[in-house]
Amino acid sequence: MLIQFTRLGLIGLVKLLVGANPRWVDAAPSLEQSIYFTNHSSHLDTLALWAALPVGIRTRTRPVAAKDYWGKGKIKRFIALKVLNAVLIEREVSRHSDPLAPLLEALGKGDSLIIFPEGTRRTQVEPGDFKGGLYHLAEAFPQVKLVPAYLNTLHRSMPKGSLLPVPLICTVRFGGTIALQEGEHKKNFLIRAREAVLKLI
Amino acid sequence: MLNTLVSLSPSLKFYWLIGGVASLLSIASLIGWLLKSRLARNPQPNEKSMKVVNNLVARVNAWWVMVAVFAIAFLAGKLGTIILFAFISYFALREFMTLTPTRAGDHRALSLAFFVLIPLHYYLIYTEWYALFTILIPVYAFLLMPCISVLAQDTECFLERAAKIQWGVMISIYCISHAPALLLLDIPNFTGQNALLLFYFMLIVQLSDVLQYVFGNLFGKTKVASVVSPNKTLEGLIGGGLSTILIGAVMWWITPFTPMQSAGMAAVIVIMGFLGGLVMSAIKRSLGAKDWGSMIEGHGGMLDRMDSVSFAAPIFFHLTRYFFTP
Repeated sequence: MLIQFTRLGLIGLVKLLVGANPRWVDAAPSLEQSIYFTNHSSHLDTLALWAALPVGIRTRTRPVAAKDYWGKGKIKRFIALKVLNAVLIEREVSRHSDPLAPLLEALGKGDSLIIFPEGTRRTQVEPGDFKGGLYHLAEAFPQVKLVPAYLNTLHRSMPKGSLLPVPLICTVRFGGTIALQEGEHKKNFLIRAREAVLKLI
Repeated sequence: MLNTLVSLSPSLKFYWLIGGVASLLSIASLIGWLLKSRLARNPQPNEKSMKVVNNLVARVNAWWVMVAVFAIAFLAGKLGTIILFAFISYFALREFMTLTPTRAGDHRALSLAFFVLIPLHYYLIYTEWYALFTILIPVYAFLLMPCISVLAQDTECFLERAAKIQWGVMISIYCISHAPALLLLDIPNFTGQNALLLFYFMLIVQLSDVLQYVFGNLFGKTKVASVVSPNKTLEGLIGGGLSTILIGAVMWWITPFTPMQSAGMAAVIVIMGFLGGLVMSAIKRSLGAKDWGSMIEGHGGMLDRMDSVSFAAPIFFHLTRYFFTP
């Protein structure tokens, strides 16, 4: 009850602030298991993309969030784990554990994911280079659809270090799916994935 | 008949008006449905007329929602109406700023425009602080917003940015707010009926748009401003404008005006609304867009619906204030 209420409240707030209107450019929304990957330019990204998904897809799609930020504090943990049903990962790579393990586990259970392959926020129009995570997930789960998405105004709505956002309408553009090709080199695949996002700008 | 209408209490007048608008919309819905089913029977429907009819149906449906929201706000009283217009300003400014190329240095000034200026400006209408209401944005915001932006020390396109932000704030907050500001006028022999004057104003502005669209679609041949706004035609302007003025004259019983004065006011609203639509369309195009947004199905964005309001409201407000208040 409280979870549902907070969820509706958060979605309402995000729509009031930044609209988060979906536009399916070369694709139609699909209930099939997918990984949505997008540029990362502000704190609102996760919520905006999540709010833009049709409700049927949203309930089975889990954002990926950094444990060092979202895992701390009661309210943040409640929102991340209960409301958003996020998968928390370690940002620091350690020798002992595979940071992708929680993602692989979620995909194994049939969940869809929202990931930011750049790793960190970058308040610019174009996304930075993609890190290898997306490649490893695609390799481990070749049947999962890879859906590129682009969030267009959030770097202006909430640049790094700003206290209040500026409400600007964010259109969440979803592109056609891409797939890891047989024997495709990691570097080439990541460049191709980034270009799929760039095409939506 | 007219004497009975004039002597009705304000709230009864309001119910008559809402009933009238609802019947008009019902007729429009019926026409849309008839046109749609006639097209559906055609084995090879003309794609262009299909588009026009679908857009018509979407527009009428959106009108139902807008009228419902408006009626609820009116029934909620002065506070409800002012809150509704504050949100309209918020959404209008959001559309304006989304299309305006601002830079990181404008962030703080913009945040304040949304979260401080809008509530403060509408609060002044609520408390009827007329003097500050008229200068808050043209004086204080005009000077202070660039003062805040300049602290970021980004000189790239500084004048352009400051000017565009000021324009957005003037149109979306200051100009639009002159419609609900009609509530703060003290008009002799009209006490307690200002909400009806606001209703009259909104009705005439929107009817003018709708009738110009209808006449334009039925008889439109001569484009008035093909570059700025290809849908506006001379036939639409004259047919829609004249019928709106006629309706304006007939509606005098909800205003402090005589029938002739009411026709004159309607004429001013029609002309300002038409020109405002052109100016806003030119701004939109210079910012590289066809619609301001997509929040109102079939119409485009909030500013696509409020463009004529923003230009007609301040003039209507000041004419009424100058000629009809002591």
